This record gives sequence, structure tokens and C-alpha cells, in this order.
Amino acid sequence: MKTDPAGVLTGAHYLDGDYACGEGAMAAGCRFVAGYPITPSTEVVERISRRFPFMGGTFIQMEDELASMAAIVGASWTGTKSMTVTSGPGFSLMMENIGLAAMMEAPCVVVNVQRGGPSTGLPTMVGQQDVMQARWGSHGDYRIIALCPQSPQESFDLVIDAFNLAELYRVPVLFMMDECVGHMTEKVIIPEADQIEIVPRRLTKKDPADYLPYQTNGELIPEFARAGDGYKFHTTGLTHDERGYPVMSAACQKQNVQRLIDKIKLNEEQIIRFEAEAIEGADIVVLSYGITARVARMGIELARKQGIKIGVIRLIVLWPFPENYIRQLAGNIKAFVVPEINAGQMVLEVERCAAGQCRAVSVPHLGGGVHNPEDIAQAIVEAAQ
Amino acid sequence: MNPKREVIGQTSIRSKVHPVPFAPPRGEGPPPVADEHPLAAYLRMDRIPHIWCPTCGIGIAVKCLAEALDVLQLDTNKVAVVSGIGCTGRVAGYMKLDGFHSTHGRAIPFATGLKLGRPELKVVVFSGDGDLSGIGGNHFIHAARRNMDLMVVLVNNFIYGMTGGQNAPTTPVTAKTSTMPFGNFEHPFNLPALAAGCGADYVARWTTLHVRRLTRSFKEALNRRGFRFIEVIAPCSTLYARLNKLGTGYDLMEFYHNNTEIKNGADPQTVDIGFQGKIICGRFVDSERPTYLDMMKQHYTKVLGDKFVPMPEEGGLIWPPGEKPTTPAAKATAEVREPEEVTHG
Amino acid sequence: MKYWRKPLDYEQIEIPHGEVHIIAERCKGCVFCVEYCPKHVLVMSEDFNAKGYHYPQALKQGECVNCNLCEMICPEFAIFSSSLPNGKLGQVAEVNPDEVTLTKGG
Repeated sequence: MKTDPAGVLTGAHYLDGDYACGEGAMAAGCRFVAGYPITPSTEVVERISRRFPFMGGTFIQMEDELASMAAIVGASWTGTKSMTVTSGPGFSLMMENIGLAAMMEAPCVVVNVQRGGPSTGLPTMVGQQDVMQARWGSHGDYRIIALCPQSPQESFDLVIDAFNLAELYRVPVLFMMDECVGHMTEKVIIPEADQIEIVPRRLTKKDPADYLPYQTNGELIPEFARAGDGYKFHTTGLTHDERGYPVMSAACQKQNVQRLIDKIKLNEEQIIRFEAEAIEGADIVVLSYGITARVARMGIELARKQGIKIGVIRLIVLWPFPENYIRQLAGNIKAFVVPEINAGQMVLEVERCAAGQCRAVSVPHLGGGVHNPEDIAQAIVEAAQ
Repeated sequence: MNPKREVIGQTSIRSKVHPVPFAPPRGEGPPPVADEHPLAAYLRMDRIPHIWCPTCGIGIAVKCLAEALDVLQLDTNKVAVVSGIGCTGRVAGYMKLDGFHSTHGRAIPFATGLKLGRPELKVVVFSGDGDLSGIGGNHFIHAARRNMDLMVVLVNNFIYGMTGGQNAPTTPVTAKTSTMPFGNFEHPFNLPALAAGCGADYVARWTTLHVRRLTRSFKEALNRRGFRFIEVIAPCSTLYARLNKLGTGYDLMEFYHNNTEIKNGADPQTVDIGFQGKIICGRFVDSERPTYLDMMKQHYTKVLGDKFVPMPEEGGLIWPPGEKPTTPAAKATAEVREPEEVTHG
Repeated sequence: MKYWRKPLDYEQIEIPHGEVHIIAERCKGCVFCVEYCPKHVLVMSEDFNAKGYHYPQALKQGECVNCNLCEMICPEFAIFSSSLPNGKLGQVAEVNPDEVTLTKGG
């Protein structure tokens, strides 16, 4: 369906990634945001808090990130699209209720504008060190979806997709921006509202007497009932059965948690998204994401001048990871080169999927700035030898 | 000389001044199940019996809330209950309402999201002392500060029950807990004072013996807005009473009977509870500060005028064309109160 | 109830009558209802329910005044009272527990 025009600021704008993310959320129909100030993400909620009163949205600055995340899970149960925004330290605090959202299957979006860590780290400077935390951060087994934009325009576009994926799969979707994209100001085109496709909440049409909150009838994603519509349902973070009632048994755990995994795993093909170029005949494939993908461009051009055949993959969806694609590709190339602003995180996933068929070369950078393109070029040259 | 031995536990029941009369066995087992309980409509009867121990007081507090809902004849479709984790955290799973069993300590922020996401809901937070004042203490004080439109029922049994009797922020000094085996030496919270100090609109405390007064407080609180805090002192026989050799939950109820004093309007600063000390009950605070939603609406209306679009009472869900139910939207809740002071920012 | 002088309106005053209903299988034997019943209508049964708890029985069903306290104070939703037609104060029999045969608890 088409989105609500109230939240769409149609036109060409000069926005930074944070503002673009905020505009994207409002364009996607987000009407509840809870947040806590943290550099470098705060501009997102500053934008939203200035615009929300004109479109029926509520922004509340909560007392901490634990509360912010809990509040958006609560708001999600009213059918209101909800989002929170943070950076590394707050992301750590949110993990508790990201797990709750995954377990309760409450659609919501968590924006993490990544900065250098660990701990308080580099508040104003870039990092990509939370990508594994996004995948594994909360305890227990679950699957989430994580997206990663490389420009303010993509920040706008992708956050709409983030809301749509959250609605489709009833998961928390993690929007893994980085400080560079967040604070980079570029042209952002916001289309007309009738050009923006959004996924509505999949509300059940069953009679309350027949409705069970986690009954899927063999499908993977249960139908949703809003709080206040008379369904009087129960939901819990405990392992639960179809009725949403806690059941402490291995059998129920298997049924419940397996479905949480399967609903993402078996739909991977529909979720996974990446850009690939010049893969055919490449010896080296550079895999990167976010701001690093843009920095790597120059490193790739430098290395190509030396006659190396280089393919490029830019992950747009970080999780689920394009496992099958990487595995098939690994047999045809010499090495993957993975520059990222961390000590080597996604490279582990690449290495796992390559499964020994080719090398996976990490180009680490501990944050505070982006790579020097020459370092990436050098890593490519070394990998090609 | 043998020290005086106090008989505790089940046997003490017969040694009371009014011994419990036992009927002779009929030899035919219990009679068949009678008609259903009159409050069954408010409870998930398919989950009863609940998990709470014999003589635990939480069930009584649940009963009183159900009774209050019944008497007020509220539209229970629009009432949600949110709990955290712990013994009292299970309440959300036993009430036939939209029930949310959230994470430890996060019942209040979860409920805040629920309320702001669909302002027409009446949201009741029902959780324990450890959950709301320990791990969730920060959320508690901030929700009270904002005068968030939540009714918070805190069942205080002075101990962490579900995890096995550990020290709580409410454990009185010298009371024994499994992590303070030689007696607690930490100062506990005086919860009504905490809530009142943070700006709660309505603050009351009752024990589970005061069933009628507790029900009345629930009724009052359900009919109001803003941050309403009701502390319910409840017996925990399995841990608090056992570790402190206080007998059963019944003995604690007798203790409440003999050691509570009702002082409506008492200064919350004076109602702290010592170990086996006097429990002062009553309605301590009953003010009408503008609530969070009132303040927001008033302020934005003043500053933005006609351009201000409030969150719809029925929530911010964006309906696909033609799917919005045609039933008239719930009428706005009670009229907006005049804020005392609005700061321009 | 004993009076040192019979009130003049003794025959006119109506008092509520109630009937206690016990869902014995739900009971966990806390004795709150038995202890706090103002009319001492209830006793604990020596029998056990399936969970192994003694449960209350209405020994003096006729004395119940439908005050609802047992219902309010039961943590298990296992007992409640329902109203019967009001009786006259003068008609309430003085009951000697030893002489009364047990009424059915349910």
C-alpha cells in the first residue's frame, strides 16, 4: 500500500544521513519513536521530534536505552510503527529488549549509528564494530535482519525497507548506519507519497474467540492482534506455545525458537540484498559495506590499474548473510578482500562461507576514520599474488 | 532448660486463639467442582491454578483488581496489563486482558510505549518490588516524574521470590534473605515516599488483608489518569516467612491484622517499614497534577496551534485503504487538565 | 447472636443470606477463608484434594451472610459466595457445630 502523505517531505533536500534516516522513518509511517541522546545518532531524533507534532507522531526521550527499546516494543503492540535510535553503548543496553522483540515477534526498527568502541570509545568518530553484535548481541538463538546504508539517500530509502521487512517478518530490524554516513551531507531526493510502498501491519481478521497469538497453521509468521482490539491475548518473553502461554519444556522450546530462526532462514532469498559488479572472471572480490564500500572504490581503482581483475560486492543487507552466493563464488576466485572499520568481523563470516576454497583477507581498521584507499589497494595486490 | 519453642508452619494453625476447626473425613474426596468463579471472565481460567505458593498474597491482589474492573464495568478490551519478571511478573499471564510479560524491570517503559502508542488504552503495570524498584527503579522514578498515565501496582513481599529469596531493595534491616544470611544491613526503600517524591499523582499502600480498601484504591486509580502508585504488602511464605521464621503466610496475615495502622493522608516520609514493625497503610497522596499526555497536548496546542496533530486515540496504525474499521473511534478520555506551568522551549 | 434484651424490631430486620461455593481442587490450603470468615461458616476438611491440600468445607452454610470476604481473600479463586433471599434476623437458627451434619461443600 501507499504510505501516509503526512510524513513525506517530498522534494530534493540537502540532508545528512541522520536527518535522511529520520525522514525515511516518517515517510515509512513510523509514528512512535523513543530514544536517548547519544552521539552520533542524536540528529535522527532531533529531526523527528521537530516534525512529529505535525503528523500525529509521538517522540519521547526516555531515561535510558533500556527504556527506549522496551517502549518501542510496547508501542509496536498497538500497531503503531515504532523505532529507536542509538549508537554502540546504547545498542549494548538495547540488546535485552531486542531479544524480547525477537521472542514476542514485535516489529520495530533499531537504528545504530556506529561509532568506535569498545565501551565509550570514540563518540564522534566512525566505526563498524557492531556488525557481529547486531547478529549475536542478545542472548539465545534468534534471527534478525540488519541493513547498512552507504549514503544519506540510501539511508532514507533503506530505512523504509527496514520498516517493511520488520512488518513482513515480525522481527526487530537493525539499521546499521555508521558515523560517516550519519554525518555526511548529500543530496537526498524524497519522492511523492504515492511513490512510497509500505507494508501494513498484518492484522488478524479472526474472531477473538478463534485467535491464538502464535498460531501459524504451518506458515512461519503469525497474524498480529493489536492491544485494545478485544483479542485479550497474552505474550511473553518466556518460551511460549501458540496461545502465547509460557511452557517450560524442550519440545516447546524447539517449536518456538526453531520458527523464529526459520522465518528468517527460509526466507533468506527474499531478504538478502547486495550489489555485485564485475564478478564474472574476477580473481579478487572486495566485499564491504557502509562507508567502507565507498572508500574501497578508490582502492579498487588503484589496484585495477595494476591489471588485477577485481569484483565488488557491497552488502546492503548484512544479516542474513548471502551465504550460498559467497560459497559458490569462493570456488572461482583467488581471494576475498574484506575492508571494514573493525578488527575483522564480517571477514569471519566470509571465511566461514568460503570454507577453504579461497582466502579471505581482512583489511582491518580500528575506527576513528576510514581506510586509506592505498591500504585497500595494497591488500588487493597482495591477495592477488 | 529448653528454650521456648515457637511452633511454626502448618501445625501453628491449630494452635491459634481461634483454632481452625477440621471436619472429620468424609472419605469420598473433595466435592465436584462448583459453578465457576464470578470473576472468571477477568482471568485466564485455563491457566488456573496459578504458580504462586500456598498462602502467597499475589492472588489476592489479582482478585482485587478483577473485582475493581468488575465493579467499574470498564471496557476490558481497552485495558492492558504489563508485568515484568518475577512472581508478580506472572500476573499479566493470568488476567484476561491484553497481557504483556516483558523483561525484568522494563514493565514501566514497555507500558509507556503501549500507552503512548494507543492513548485510549488504560494501562496497568502489575509487578513486584524487585522488578519495579530494583532493576526497574530508574524507569519507576522517571515515569512518576513525567506523571505518565500508568497505574502501577507494586506487590511488595520484601524479597526476591522467584529466584529463591535474595535481598531486595525493600528488605527491612535485619531481615534474613538468602544473600544476607546474617540479616540485611542495607537501608530499604520507602516506596510511597519515593513515588510521592518523584511526583506520583496517587499513592496508596494496603496489605493483602485489606481486601476491600485495596479494591477501592484500585477502583479510584482505574478511574484516574496520571501516575498512580499502589503498594500492596503481601506475604511470601516460602521465602520471606521461612527464612525469617515467621510461620506461614497466614501468620503474616495475622501480623498485618495486628500491626497495621490506617492513616489516610499520612506524610509518605513517615511510612517506612521496619522488620516486623508497624505497617502504615492508607491513601497518602491524591493530587491532580496534569499528566504527561495533558502536558503534551496543552503545550503543543499552545505553541503550534492548529498545526498540532496529536496521536490518534486509537493509535498510530496506518490502515490500508478501506480497511479501517467503521466503528466510531473511542471518545477521547476525560477532559484535559490545566497544566500548572508550561515551559517554553 | 445473643442479646441481653431482645430488640423491638428483632422480627423485622432483614439480614442477607448467602451460600458458599468451594472449588476444592483449586485450593492450596492457606486457611485464609476459614480464619477470616466472620461467621465461622467454614472449616478445613480432613480430606485432601488431588494436589494434597486440605480444603475448606461449609460447616454452617446457613450462617453465611454473603459478605464475600472469603471470595476476596482467597488467593486461588477457589471460593465464592452467592446471595440467597434475605432472612429475618429472628429466623437464623443458633447452630451448634457438633450437631450439624456437613453440608455439601460444592
